[in-house]
Amino acid sequence: MISDDLLGNDAHWAFGTDFEDPLAGVDTTVPDGVDPASLARYCLMLGDDALVLSQRLSEWCSRAPDLEEDIALANVALDLLGQARLLLARAAAADPSVVPALPDDSPVPAEDALAFFRSPAEFRNVTMAELPNGDFAEAITRLLLLSTCRLAEFESMAAHPDAVLAAVAAKGRKELAYHRDFAARWFVTLARGTAESRRRVLDALDGLWAFWPELDAPAGVEVVLDQVFAAADVSRPEVAPARGLGRECVHTEALTDLLAEMQSVARAHPRGLW
Amino acid sequence: MTVLERARAVAATVVDPELPMLTLADLGVLRDVEVSALGGVVVSITPTYSGCPAMATMRDDLVRTLRSEGFADVEVKIALQPAWTTDWITPAGRTALADAGISPPGPAPRRDGPVLLSLGPVRRANRCPRCDSEDVELTSEFGSTACKALYRCRACLEPFDHVKEI
Repeated sequence: MISDDLLGNDAHWAFGTDFEDPLAGVDTTVPDGVDPASLARYCLMLGDDALVLSQRLSEWCSRAPDLEEDIALANVALDLLGQARLLLARAAAADPSVVPALPDDSPVPAEDALAFFRSPAEFRNVTMAELPNGDFAEAITRLLLLSTCRLAEFESMAAHPDAVLAAVAAKGRKELAYHRDFAARWFVTLARGTAESRRRVLDALDGLWAFWPELDAPAGVEVVLDQVFAAADVSRPEVAPARGLGRECVHTEALTDLLAEMQSVARAHPRGLW
Repeated sequence: MTVLERARAVAATVVDPELPMLTLADLGVLRDVEVSALGGVVVSITPTYSGCPAMATMRDDLVRTLRSEGFADVEVKIALQPAWTTDWITPAGRTALADAGISPPGPAPRRDGPVLLSLGPVRRANRCPRCDSEDVELTSEFGSTACKALYRCRACLEPFDHVKEI
């Protein structure tokens, strides 16, 4: 509902930029047969993956090898941030108990409370999303693995009994198709480029592959990855799996650092309005 | 003209904040306009991309325009389903894009099965919106806004934006 004083006094919390509610007017009733707590947990998993990877990708801004790739990574980060916002808002609407408690008169919307006022031990993203950035080959390889899994997850989620989640998925899969193709083409280009670019992409794949089992790849994902690997003349690494427990809220120190930076301004000015 | 028709006509004049040569209606973002029994106007809009940063501006522009035309009670809702597609850009919208030097999208890819991996170069039957040459090359699939790819014309050497198909 748009308040009467919207145009006269549209001050809102300084760290939100869009609709006060990204699900304004959307029916967020949880359908029969869907457990609200499980739904919220699932939304947090996928929302946190997107939020944390978006933050890592945005760290590339002004640092990519050339302007086009800089803009591309920022575009991917923006898409993921939008998906994160919708998913965190959905989690909050499904199960308000997941939202950190803030004073009653706090101007912070629920999805921003989830992004800015949870501790690392409350995040459900996979470890691969939070690892510190490496070189461009590492960014591309990480995006390939994560976007391939996420696209497959969204394809099945488009048939989710929760209509909100199904809508978020139907929208997001179009974006993710561009992300995956972008990453896959660069992966092949680097792997078939110079000895140096190939070495870098193979190193990146070896380093990330230990966290692959944690992604719990949906059916069909490995077929797609094998297509990319074949085009790149790369074989699957044989690396011992790392102990990745991000879904159970166990994280590396890298997430603490990432969140400390991402959350610092909002926490310093929790009532900031503009 | 009924109140509903007038509300629809007014809402249809509001332009997109990032592509101001296009109305929200031409862009396919304006999904529905309804008038309640008490005269309240309910407008539904849909985001182009999940991270579209222009939604609040669109809402404010719709509210302000409708209010200035005498509709006191205006509510703007988000419609997430069905997801926006470039196929909803009207013929008038496509002409307006091309006139502004932005190449309009081709048909959106079908999304009724699994999304197939595309490793080869992106091929579109694009023309340069300035000199109409077909000799154009893709610079990047990602451009100045989420909805655009970046091209360069090899004939007139000008760069241009292309609204990419989704």
